[in-house]
Amino acid sequence: MTATTAGTGPVFHLEEEHAHAEGGSTMLGFWLYLMSDCLIFAMLFAAYGVLGGNYAAGPAPKDLFDLDLVAVNTAMLLFSSITYGFAMLTMDKGRVAATQAWLAVTGLFGLAFLSIELYEFAHMIHEGATPQRSAFLSSFFTLVGTHGLHVTFGTVWLVTLMVQVARFGLIEANRRRLMCLSMFWHFLDVVWIGVFTFVYLMGMLR
Amino acid sequence: MPDTLTKFIFGRLTWESLPLHEPIVVATFVAVALGGIALLGVITYFKLWTYLWREWFTSVDHKKIGIMYMVLGLVMLLRGFSDAIMMRLQQAIAFNGSEGYLNSHHYDQIFTAHGVIMIFFVAMPFVTGLMNFVVPLQIGARDVSFPFLNNFSFWMTVGGAILVMASLFVGEFARTGWLAYPPLSGIGYSPDVGVDYYIWALQVAGVGTTLSGINLICTIVKMRAPGMTMMRMPIFTWTSLCTNVLIVASFPVLTAVLSMLALDRYVGTNFFTNDFGGNPMMYVNLIWIWGHPEVYILILPLFGVFSEVTSTFSGKRLFGYTSMVYATIVITILSYLVWLHHFFTMGSGASVNSFFGITTMIISIPTGAKIFNWLFTMYRGRIRFELPMMWTVAFMLTFTVGGMTGVLLAVPPADFVLHNSLFLIAHFHNVIIGGVLFGLFAGIAYWWPKAFGFKLDPFWGKVSFWCWVVGFWFAFMPLYILGLMGVTRRMRVFDDPSLQIWFVIAAFGAVLIACGIAAFLVQIFVSIRRREALADPTGDPWDGRTLEWSTSSPPPAYNFAFTPVIRDNDAWWDMKQAGYVRPLAGFRPIHMPSNTGTGIILAAFSVALGFGLIWYIWWLAALSFVCLIATAIGHTFNYHRDFHIPAAEVTRTEQARTTLLAAQG
Repeated sequence: MTATTAGTGPVFHLEEEHAHAEGGSTMLGFWLYLMSDCLIFAMLFAAYGVLGGNYAAGPAPKDLFDLDLVAVNTAMLLFSSITYGFAMLTMDKGRVAATQAWLAVTGLFGLAFLSIELYEFAHMIHEGATPQRSAFLSSFFTLVGTHGLHVTFGTVWLVTLMVQVARFGLIEANRRRLMCLSMFWHFLDVVWIGVFTFVYLMGMLR
Repeated sequence: MPDTLTKFIFGRLTWESLPLHEPIVVATFVAVALGGIALLGVITYFKLWTYLWREWFTSVDHKKIGIMYMVLGLVMLLRGFSDAIMMRLQQAIAFNGSEGYLNSHHYDQIFTAHGVIMIFFVAMPFVTGLMNFVVPLQIGARDVSFPFLNNFSFWMTVGGAILVMASLFVGEFARTGWLAYPPLSGIGYSPDVGVDYYIWALQVAGVGTTLSGINLICTIVKMRAPGMTMMRMPIFTWTSLCTNVLIVASFPVLTAVLSMLALDRYVGTNFFTNDFGGNPMMYVNLIWIWGHPEVYILILPLFGVFSEVTSTFSGKRLFGYTSMVYATIVITILSYLVWLHHFFTMGSGASVNSFFGITTMIISIPTGAKIFNWLFTMYRGRIRFELPMMWTVAFMLTFTVGGMTGVLLAVPPADFVLHNSLFLIAHFHNVIIGGVLFGLFAGIAYWWPKAFGFKLDPFWGKVSFWCWVVGFWFAFMPLYILGLMGVTRRMRVFDDPSLQIWFVIAAFGAVLIACGIAAFLVQIFVSIRRREALADPTGDPWDGRTLEWSTSSPPPAYNFAFTPVIRDNDAWWDMKQAGYVRPLAGFRPIHMPSNTGTGIILAAFSVALGFGLIWYIWWLAALSFVCLIATAIGHTFNYHRDFHIPAAEVTRTEQARTTLLAAQG
């Protein structure tokens, strides 16, 4: 800190321009955003907690959930988190091609997750277990669907970032953005662990 | 045109959607349209569009955004107050078989719109505007953490306000009360567009509010000048921090619960229905988990204003700074533990009701501590009864009464009698007008010279003050009495003629408040006319204590030529005491964010999206959604979002101030 005033009096200001690092607040801001998003999920979990047993004489979790399929799906999402981690490691080493490759793998796992989820939804709706059928199904589709929408959004974001990395390289701004998406992606993983446990596993025990 | 094509293009929007059969609405529309055309004409005539677009609409300067928030709040205050005085008039005359002058369809929209507008589009913009303007100046920062996001947040708030205003002339607003409880707000009982306007206006504005909350937290945590530790922050900054924590931790709840209501209405899910396992009381719980913190979001920054005003105009350091900070934090936490007191009558049983009753009463302890801190700050101070201080004293008297009736309502058995009565209405107007609004007027009078370089005219300010304060007591004390007699809220006509006198007194109070609002507008007008006489070239008209008074009025775009170093929580007072000399040379280029029009474009697409969803115009909704995403992605391809103000320009600006100060002698 270079700070002086005329003479030897107390210091009231900095002489040099006091630079707040470019994007210095971004990580904190993104964390705060994630926590606000987390609250939306908390509300949807709460709604599921209240309404999850209200089948309205319709199908119950045991009639609908295929745990094997959900296990495969969970694996897809967990793998995508690992590969995103690899992308970040290669980013730290400044290897553009490897980073892009790992990002692409991550995106493909994300798409696989979404496809399986859509298949599951289509299957349930085909069997008459629509979101309108009961409060249980309303809260189920909304909670799981909101997570799916987040993954969709994350995938769009991932593609955008791949284009930007291709065009501008691993510059500071792009590293920061990849870091934010990384947090977003892992956050969705954590939420999914909650969904898998609370909705699917405990649903089978109801 | 074939019917299906019309339906595709316009959704459920038809000629019948225009309320041509309601003469009051038509007259309002004509007045608003003429006024609007006149305004647009004036702007075009004086060729102000480019100026407005370049200097204001696309500005990322926190000061300009703050001022725009205040303008929005003021415009919406006029709308919200029109609703209020219409209700007061209706209730004053609808006796002895008279139906009054408002039919129930219109009246129900008015009380809903009044609540929604006053909370979301008057109090929130005012509070956010004040925080936006003041906080970066108080912490010695050049701008907020995310300047573009700040602009975007503002326009999203405007977008929500536009949707609410549109509902007056295109279709109708909700007829459900300001929180739109289901099943009344469900598609079965409210099949029209009113509730959809409500949902999408609040969703659009809610995005802005949440993002602005994140922005201000980051600003306060990350952007403070060197030396300003947490316990050296000005108290207004502290209360702003707590408020924004509350915003980020509560608005997502509103977003989630309104999304579920929207799904019920649009998709036919069963969250809050009475059939298929839905649970309407879950809505009431969830929305109050947002709603109670919301009232503290509104009041906490004003507690900060009163603290600044009391200490400045008593010429003393704030009494009990540390206890003030902890009281604010305790209120922040407790505000999440009281939501059920809004519906003790739900019937959750004695234990649950007792818990929430007790937590509610506990909140009055830190609040009371604050009142005593202000009183002890005034004790033995040299109090100057300027306008901000007058509002503060009126607040202390009025708000304390409101707080005490709040404690009465916190007692569950008493609440069973008073629930949804006019006693409740009197209580929350007592704390919101007596706390939030008085605080806003104190804050506006206090910081106006900082924003514009001249003081507000004291005479008209005092007229406004007395009309407001006396008007408030006339308007709401009768409501306490009526509430105790068992009159419920939202009534349109009355059978018992003995009640009429109280409603007439209340209407008289509302007229006084109307005079107060008019006097406030006159005050602004007169002050602008007399700005030479009221000018304050010093930048420190009140002998202030915090950093914002160290810079010029209005502050330059970069706020501070040099980043200040803080040694005390009354930083500017400390500088003045220690013989601070303003630096006159050695200026450096200053790094600043660039303006952008992306925020206003994104908000415009959001309004179009909302409008499409409200009227079932699916192509419009889809198109604007795609445009929204595309614009947002496009914006991320712009990596050059900043520039440097050259040192020569800084020198020029500072030199001008030196000349101005020298002219003062």
